[in-house]
Amino acid sequence: MTSTIPSTQAPDKDEVARVFKEMLRIRRFEELASRAYTQGKISGFLHLYIGQEAIAVATADLMKDGDRVVTTYRDHGFAISLGCDPGACMAELFGKKDGLVGGVGGSMHFFDKDKGLWGGYAIVGGHLPVAAGHAFASKYLKDDAVTLCFLGEGAMHIGATHEGMHLAGLWKLPVVFVIENNQYAMGTPLKRQTLVDDLTVRAPAYRMTSDRWEVNDIFETRRRLAEAVERARKDHQPALIELLTYRFRGHSMSDPAKYRTKDEVEGWRKKDPLYRAEQRLRDDHGFDDEAIESIDDAVVDEMQAAVDFADASPQPDPEHRFRHHLVEDV
Amino acid sequence: MPILQIREALREAIDEEMERDDRVFVMGEEVGYYNGAYKVTQGLLEKYGEQRVVDTPIAEAGFAGVGVGAAMAGLRPIIEFMTFNFSAVAFDQILNNAAKLRHLSGGQFTIPMVFRGPNAAAHMLSSTHSQAFESFYCGFPGVKVVSVATPYDAKGLLKSAIRDDNPIIFFESEVMYGVKGEVPEGEYLIPIGQADIKRPGSQVTVITWGQGVPITLEAAKMAEESGIDCEVIDLLTLRPLDRDAILQSVKKTNRAVLAYHGWPYGGTGAEVADLIAREAFYDLDAPVERVCYEDINFSYAENLEELAIPSPKQIFDAIAKVAYHSL
Ligand SMILES: Cc1ncc(C[n+]2csc(CCOP(=O)(O)OP(=O)(O)O)c2C)c(N)n1
Repeated sequence: MTSTIPSTQAPDKDEVARVFKEMLRIRRFEELASRAYTQGKISGFLHLYIGQEAIAVATADLMKDGDRVVTTYRDHGFAISLGCDPGACMAELFGKKDGLVGGVGGSMHFFDKDKGLWGGYAIVGGHLPVAAGHAFASKYLKDDAVTLCFLGEGAMHIGATHEGMHLAGLWKLPVVFVIENNQYAMGTPLKRQTLVDDLTVRAPAYRMTSDRWEVNDIFETRRRLAEAVERARKDHQPALIELLTYRFRGHSMSDPAKYRTKDEVEGWRKKDPLYRAEQRLRDDHGFDDEAIESIDDAVVDEMQAAVDFADASPQPDPEHRFRHHLVEDV
Repeated sequence: MPILQIREALREAIDEEMERDDRVFVMGEEVGYYNGAYKVTQGLLEKYGEQRVVDTPIAEAGFAGVGVGAAMAGLRPIIEFMTFNFSAVAFDQILNNAAKLRHLSGGQFTIPMVFRGPNAAAHMLSSTHSQAFESFYCGFPGVKVVSVATPYDAKGLLKSAIRDDNPIIFFESEVMYGVKGEVPEGEYLIPIGQADIKRPGSQVTVITWGQGVPITLEAAKMAEESGIDCEVIDLLTLRPLDRDAILQSVKKTNRAVLAYHGWPYGGTGAEVADLIAREAFYDLDAPVERVCYEDINFSYAENLEELAIPSPKQIFDAIAKVAYHSL
């Protein structure tokens, strides 16, 4: 989480290669998780972030020490980008002892406080007031930290979301709400969820600033997110941001995603920020197949090692189930 | 007799009642175009259209409350919660509106509606998605609470629930939608408020409901092999309780075990144990035993989850214990 100061200057070759690799780390992690799911090594619900990786990588880049991410059950991307150990993440998916939270949470409930991952929340909208609460504490403690709260567009229609946003606006809390509009809430396209096209129209009602763009270019995303984050930090000005993005997989592993056309998916594939970063390396920086593959090979090795680690990790100790319900349960 | 899955039996109940009464409609997340998260409402949108099979945004408090308001104004809503875990968000609408408005209005309003969906732990979903809500919804007056575990009961009771003029909480199970069983052709209703003896017996009464039913029947089989004859009672309605069925059986067997998917503190298990202690104390040959969830939040890890959920073996052990059967 060492802050790469976002600049308006064109990123150099190393920087493009770095973000490409970071996005690829998430994608390869999840592809292996998807395979492990079909092999029966992962159970429950597994929601993949494939297609949205640029958001998590841009976010990790702009965060300063003490800043926090609060997100949904679609949380693997943030864990990887924030520097959580992929082995621990995979072991969590496998329900193993060495998992990120010792195997108690699974895919939907990742937490790594020290890394700034203050939670994957599995009840839609429930985390927005909590994020506002983190920001309330920041203002109270004057710790200069900003909370970045991510939600799906589907979460824009539930009560807790509005109460959280309203309080953030009313009390001028240092929080940035980021809607990852991946076009569908489970099988429901946005147009059947709401009659507004632009979800940031709600921002003025809560006295929040807003911004909205399509996530094609990770550098643009980082720069514009950073602007909102720094305003939240300096002026205690909360913001509502809508990011137009796409999930290439079903809602979770059990969803065949029959509600959309091949053409639609292909259209978004051309805009996939990971693909675009690769094109940029090839077109602007002279990367050939071999150079791309050598990055990919290293990433695949890293993530395969995570799978091996998870495989080798034992199940949690049976007594572990009695821990942490109350502080007294050590 | 036709063999149906529980999801199909529920669908038949909804379909028949929608056909019979055009005030009946279904509302919830993904009930229409997606055909239901667990395919209970499959095909209903096509048959009845968007006015009567209503997809909602993710807004449980909103659509539960819309259901209450529509019921007060003369409609008969079936509100589907994708799972009852998400009903927590709508709890106020059920507790303060659905359950209270008839009383508050001095009987001016009826609230004929059903809140239905899967309850209790499924498989490896961790704590937020593995909750048994019977102790919440049985914990206040003004609602009836039903829990089904077979296709036959599912259809007959859901039809009764839809026709009942009160708010009904109707528990299904995510892991049991595929369970198959005989469902007679043609119309039948199962009255709310009546327990069902799933297995007659003479020596130990085992009281259960919902996901507890199949594991209790398995335990009863194990007991039979050890020479203990169990009577298994499926409560079916958790509120109001079928006190007579419970007491009659316990007075016959003199021993009782409660086996269920739910937390031990408070709730239906505690209520039934209390009933037996007060009304059948002098008939008991052994203290009442309870086998249920451990009093902990659920973990994702398979081994931890398995340990927290009652097993047929644990139920069998409790049966043997009240029968003073040496193992
Ligand atoms: C209160 C609540 N209702 C329903 C659900 C079930 N559910 C989980 S994710 C989801 C769709 C969410 O869509 P969106 O907010 O757009 O986020 P995405 O999954 O697309 O990232 C639903 C209905 C839930 N977890 N919580």
